[in-house]
Amino acid sequence: MNGVVGQLINFCAALLLLLAFAMISQRRILSLIHLFTLQGVALVAATVLVGYVTAQPHLYLSAALTFVLKVLLIPWLLYRVIDRLNVRWDMETLINIPTTMLVGIGLVMFAFYLALPISQLSATIVRGNLGIALACVLLSFLMMITRSKAVPQVIGFLALENGLFFAATSATYGMPMVVELGIALDVLVGILILGVFMFQIREQFDSLDIRHLESLKED
Amino acid sequence: MQALYFVLGIPLLGGAVLAWCGHRRFARDVNVAFSLGTFVAACVLTAQIIADGPMFGWQREFFIDPLHVFLVTLTAFVGLTTAIFSRPYMRVEEDHGKMTPKRLRLYHSMYQLFSFTMLVALTTNNMGILWVAMEAATLTTVMLVSVYRTAASLEAAWKYFILCGVGIAQALFGTVLLYMAAEKVIGHEGGALLWSNLNAVKQQLDPDIITLAFAFLFIGYGTKVGLVPLHNWLPDAHAEGPTPVSAVLSGLLLNVALYAILRFKVLTDGSLGNQLAGHMMMGFGLASVLVAAFFLSRQRDVKRMFAYSSIEHMGLITFAFGMGGPIATYAGLLHMTVHSLIKSAIFFAVGHATQKAGTQIMADIRGLMTVNPTVGWGLMLGALAILGMPPFGVFASEFLILTTAMREHAWATPLLLLALGVAFAAIFARVQPMVFGDTSVRPLLHPPALLPVFVHLGLGLMLGLYIPPYLDEWYRQAARMIGG
Repeated sequence: MNGVVGQLINFCAALLLLLAFAMISQRRILSLIHLFTLQGVALVAATVLVGYVTAQPHLYLSAALTFVLKVLLIPWLLYRVIDRLNVRWDMETLINIPTTMLVGIGLVMFAFYLALPISQLSATIVRGNLGIALACVLLSFLMMITRSKAVPQVIGFLALENGLFFAATSATYGMPMVVELGIALDVLVGILILGVFMFQIREQFDSLDIRHLESLKED
Repeated sequence: MQALYFVLGIPLLGGAVLAWCGHRRFARDVNVAFSLGTFVAACVLTAQIIADGPMFGWQREFFIDPLHVFLVTLTAFVGLTTAIFSRPYMRVEEDHGKMTPKRLRLYHSMYQLFSFTMLVALTTNNMGILWVAMEAATLTTVMLVSVYRTAASLEAAWKYFILCGVGIAQALFGTVLLYMAAEKVIGHEGGALLWSNLNAVKQQLDPDIITLAFAFLFIGYGTKVGLVPLHNWLPDAHAEGPTPVSAVLSGLLLNVALYAILRFKVLTDGSLGNQLAGHMMMGFGLASVLVAAFFLSRQRDVKRMFAYSSIEHMGLITFAFGMGGPIATYAGLLHMTVHSLIKSAIFFAVGHATQKAGTQIMADIRGLMTVNPTVGWGLMLGALAILGMPPFGVFASEFLILTTAMREHAWATPLLLLALGVAFAAIFARVQPMVFGDTSVRPLLHPPALLPVFVHLGLGLMLGLYIPPYLDEWYRQAARMIGG
């Protein structure tokens, strides 16, 4: 039984990584939010499965927290923001997408190289997934770097949190509950502030293009 | 123990109360009152710790020892003086139309919540909560930096949010790794993220995991300290936000972030038994000192210039802690204290000067001595103090750092001296014409609060000439703990 569940967890992890790649290659903002929601679902599934196989009830709680935050609340907020701001256009990336994908593959190899010796020391059944979690984190970095619009940058930031959360689940069966609650609160407040910011940036610059935000630099 | 709850409870309550009435006329006095309450509670707490030794609170989630308690007092003190300074400052900003009632409410509420997050970060025993508090501090300061809603302040705040958000996300990954290492020793139930527990078993923590964890934690919290090359957010956030915010950013936030790194350095040193953490800190510290000194000489905006000076000094402190040993660590702690006091005093003086001149461009600020001699003297003495002129405290700490560097890492001394020399020439050459010289600017409508400037400078002077015995004892104790 545990073997099957273990395989399912690995499947969810693979799905997370695949979705991270899909997000890098996606040009449309609406699809990007769909992908982010799907990544949240995969994360929740992985957390529930790990909780089931290890009989750690607090993982169910953190899965529920992730579900409410990352699958329901944040996508809903993002939909509202892009609806109100009317930004559904295709967006250009700073580096073209095939190159980005190649860089992404390099990052995944680096992540596995870095995580391999560490994950062998972990006592959890899902330790091999630490590499995947680190890869998701690095791919989210890449996405934040290559996008010039505010909304994809924010989605990249949130995908980063997904990767970190998965790292916590696969390395240690999740952080202590009080810490997880604190992190969830920070993420929620952060996304609210970013949402308000997007309206203000739009008001100031008539656009959500981050390239307008380049006046502050050293001469 | 009750004192601790007051230290944390008063600013939290203040944040809630000011969110409701922060736009009223009396809100600035309420803000000062809450900060005063926090400071009094912090003093009581300090007295208790000095009398009774380290203590725990609320199921060991909070832990106060000598290293925390003076930083708590320092934070509460600078929080109080900055609140006093911001009273007339914000009235002028209101007259200039830069602050509306809504923005004032946000400002006052976030100011108190910012103090709260700082104090939680300093007093918590749980390394996860430390992360949560640091992230919350980022969020509150993002709101404070963007409070003017100008294009430049929005840009600065966005940059700050994204850079520090990403940085601090790495610190979270480091925390996860630390928990993983600790769990193997302490177990799942035993509070494996509590620093006091970790410190007890630090020799048994797995060195491979801890190495990687420290790298992530150092880069993560190092972004918040403003270490080169992760410093890009810092000058913008200092220059575009209100000046009281610049003062607390430089005086408090950078200290607290560095404090977080120190906590992890103690664990890493214990686990690895080598100098890895120290060498990383020395490298990044030296790079920060050098790069900041040369950028400093190219600035035209006065707040940007002093922001780079903060990077330089944080670099110097990081370098000192990286060298380790009782003397360098003692000097690092002393430098942390005097830098907090003097840099915030400078920002107070600069705040009044820029309001008077209506600009932050240094070439347009002239003749402070004729318009308002106290502001002029405040800025002049502050600049001399931060540049390390004796008899101010910065001289004492820099002297200790340099002599230790000369003895143990002689190669670094010329680089440090070069950077300090460049910074001296740059800052002095710009402050001198700002203070002396001719002007036709009219005085401010509301008399500026200059008491905080001279109280801070006086304390900085005192620390250069005479360190009270209990403070000396604290520096020694904390230095033993950090430096081994």
